[in-house]
Amino acid sequence: MNTPLRRVAMSVMVMVLLLLANATYVQVFKADEYRKDQRNQRVLLEEYSRQRGKILAGGQAVADIKETNDRLKFLRTYPAGEMYAPITGYFSPSYGAVGMEFAQDSVLNGSDDRLFVRRLSDLITGRDPRGGNVELTVDPKVQQAAYDGLHKKGFTGAVVAMDPKTGAVLGMASTPSYDPSRLAVHDSDEQMKAWKQLTGDGTRPMRNRALKETYPPGSTFKLVVTAAALQNGFNKDSQVTAAPDITLPGTQTTLENYNHTNCGGGATASLETALALSCNTGFAELAGQVGEQKLRQQAERLGIGTGEQQIPLGVEASSLGDIPDKAALYQTGLGQRDVKMTPLQNAVLAATIANGGSRMQPYLVKSITSADLHELDTTKPKKVEQAMPGSVASTVRDMMIKSEQKTGGEGQISGVTIASKTGTAEHGSDPRNTNPHAWYVAFAPAENPKIAVAVIVEDGGDRGLGATGGKVAAPIGRAVIRAALQGGG
Amino acid sequence: MGQPTTDGAVPSSATSTNPGLAVPTRRGTELLLLAFAAFLVTLANVLVEANQSGELTRELVYYGGAYLALFGAAHVAVRLLAPYADPLILPCVALLNGIGLVMIHRIDLGRVDNAIQQGLDVPSDAAPRQILWTAIALGLFIAVLVLVRDHRMLAKYGYTAGLIGLVALALPGLLPASLSEENGAKIWLKLGVFSIQPGEFAKILLLVFFASFLVAKRDLFTHAGRRMLGVDLPRARDMAPLFAAWGLSVGVLVLEKDLGTSLLFFGIVLVMLYIATERAIWLGIGLTCFAVGCVVAYHLFSHVQTRVTIWLDPFEDFYNKGRQLALALFGMGTGGVFGTGLGAGRPELVPFANSDFIISSIAEEVGFVGLAAVLMLYVLLSMRGFRSALAVRDSFGKLLGGGLAFAVGFQVFVVAGGVTALIPLTGLTAPFLSQGGSSLVANYALVALLLRISDAARRPSALPKPRPQQAPIAEAHTVLVERPK
Repeated sequence: MNTPLRRVAMSVMVMVLLLLANATYVQVFKADEYRKDQRNQRVLLEEYSRQRGKILAGGQAVADIKETNDRLKFLRTYPAGEMYAPITGYFSPSYGAVGMEFAQDSVLNGSDDRLFVRRLSDLITGRDPRGGNVELTVDPKVQQAAYDGLHKKGFTGAVVAMDPKTGAVLGMASTPSYDPSRLAVHDSDEQMKAWKQLTGDGTRPMRNRALKETYPPGSTFKLVVTAAALQNGFNKDSQVTAAPDITLPGTQTTLENYNHTNCGGGATASLETALALSCNTGFAELAGQVGEQKLRQQAERLGIGTGEQQIPLGVEASSLGDIPDKAALYQTGLGQRDVKMTPLQNAVLAATIANGGSRMQPYLVKSITSADLHELDTTKPKKVEQAMPGSVASTVRDMMIKSEQKTGGEGQISGVTIASKTGTAEHGSDPRNTNPHAWYVAFAPAENPKIAVAVIVEDGGDRGLGATGGKVAAPIGRAVIRAALQGGG
Repeated sequence: MGQPTTDGAVPSSATSTNPGLAVPTRRGTELLLLAFAAFLVTLANVLVEANQSGELTRELVYYGGAYLALFGAAHVAVRLLAPYADPLILPCVALLNGIGLVMIHRIDLGRVDNAIQQGLDVPSDAAPRQILWTAIALGLFIAVLVLVRDHRMLAKYGYTAGLIGLVALALPGLLPASLSEENGAKIWLKLGVFSIQPGEFAKILLLVFFASFLVAKRDLFTHAGRRMLGVDLPRARDMAPLFAAWGLSVGVLVLEKDLGTSLLFFGIVLVMLYIATERAIWLGIGLTCFAVGCVVAYHLFSHVQTRVTIWLDPFEDFYNKGRQLALALFGMGTGGVFGTGLGAGRPELVPFANSDFIISSIAEEVGFVGLAAVLMLYVLLSMRGFRSALAVRDSFGKLLGGGLAFAVGFQVFVVAGGVTALIPLTGLTAPFLSQGGSSLVANYALVALLLRISDAARRPSALPKPRPQQAPIAEAHTVLVERPK
């Protein structure tokens, strides 16, 4: 009986070897896949067990951490709540992470390679490993002005402010907003309640309109047409039609100036006047004369039609849309038809003109620091391309200064020259009877720009059908500029 | 065959021929190893506490004390009742049991946290109950050592054991579901305050029956029947016991929806038949039956199909049926090679983390390395069992010892293979590790029998006959030696 006994014993060993081989497959070869699977809750729990880094703006924490005595150990808090929500996003035990919490997760949770040395020393010294901090480019004063401008009047809209010379985002507000702390609480019932309420809210408070929403740019797009025209045989004195209305080529549709007015009083008007008064007829024909190809080229060099990007928050693509015929080209010239732009893109447009035609890559992260605020990495400003020659940029700037002078609304700042362009964009299936979106893009001081800003207020804000960019959006833009320049900048 | 028992010409034990050289009992080794096991278990418990709460509570002392008291008692019992028993078996078991207790305690902590976190009712702790079960199990362990002073006496009760085993095995399947079903498996006997799984005890009783039956009828099975395709087939009537076992397994499968027990029984019977007859053909026939059974079961029973589907891809139906296995795989993957550290993982996320899935819980927290170590403990236990079976002198002891040793190894394969998706999940407990009283108590009885057999294997003959002073070889007269039978 001993031979079969030995063989059976061998078979038991073989079975255990099979188990070990299979365990190797599961725990070594497939380990990474299993560990990182979205459905593996352990990942999130693991992230919570490490002290997450802060998100800072101007040295103040906008996403902070508080120790708790429950299973998740650390509670995420957002001291500035709604004001910074579009930037910070949320970090929720049940609903994952969005915004900067998602985009900079590896830094915040401490797994980023740049934190490697820190982790190593934590391991040796036995310190609890902690995540790195993310310092935003945001200037708290600018952010406050941007948020207040929208929020205090109950507007739905967005503001993006940038440093034209670097591309650093100085402010980014989107309203209505939400308090991310509600999703970060550890009580899963409360989380669910907040989640249901926020996702069910028709005003979509969790939508970052500054980056994720695209709008027809309306008259602000005339800046793109102007830049294209100036490089293709036109100058600021070139004459365009001043007629109160024209018929779109190949159709019966008429296209009118605002309030059906003549542009400046003559039969024709200079390009400068046409931009200052935002004459639709003149720019429609100008777009037709410049042609689709050149217009598209200029738009792309400004970043419209180049797809999505990460700053590091995801930005929706801006584009001109299809331009099947001349009539569409005319409408495109007014920033209507299928043109769609994010507020960020419109801020980039203003910033590029302000920066002598040199388009800078927008960015939100100034630097990352270790838990003890030792600086580990700093974002260097990056020029994307020369979107237009410097001379063209300065011509457009001069024209924008004229435009600002013609623009109404409150909030002018004495002693500061602003260059701006307003827009009042029609939208919806019945554009004439739908409250228009009000735009304002600007930079200042015009001679040495320190800030470029884009403001959009959806659906006419508090002015209804009578809303214009000048009346509704411009005061917010100017308030933001004032906040930025007061800061000793 | 042709073992020392029947070999009258050779003195029954080589060591016993020399009265001056006493066989070491190795009880000191056992005690040392038990102390080492206690050290490891306490260390593991300290790690759990440190990682879970960051402070060491007084419970730690109670758990450690209970552990030491229990196995101290077991050691004393072995010292008195089976002094020549294998010194590795009890420490292996103690360590496995200890690791199981730590893991169960650790999962208790995780579940309490979970419940507080989610605002649910805090579940009662399983660890204190498991300690109580361990005490009961060790009581039975000692009782078996006391009652079974010689394993060969069990052979006399072969048929009785077989009958009781059969009834125990079949009972849950025949009783109404209200008395026997829990979590979809009809394998329980609900006796008011507590439930037992009679199948766990039936395993040992049937092993005893098969060992005695096969030893008694061994010659029958070696008769050659018809020769077919170059192999000697056994006679059809000799195959009856095998078919009976097969039928029983299928019955268990159908009535109790318990794939694990079914598989375990069939495997044990097959291997014992092979050990008894030394004929590989039985394995061939058995495996053929097994294959046929598998195919038929797959087509007839939806729960078998479900198990197979989950096994093929646990992630396909993640939010429903595949969830449990998928979560276990996530856990093991997260643990990786070295594990998350005891008390630092999330094994409580897996349903049944402390019973059927305790292997994956261990693999998560101590990683592949720890899992391998635990599997090695099982291998060691099983191999010491086989070693005792090889060394023991009587056929019944060999067969019983081999069967018990194989039962441990095979059960580990079925349960560990199930939770690591090597084979379809069947729902068995990991011996000594899993939470659950029946399994623990039955397995301690099994170990007591193994110790008894190993004691018999190493024990010098009870009364070594004093050798007569031998005359010089030249003066010796010739002796008529009895021929081996």
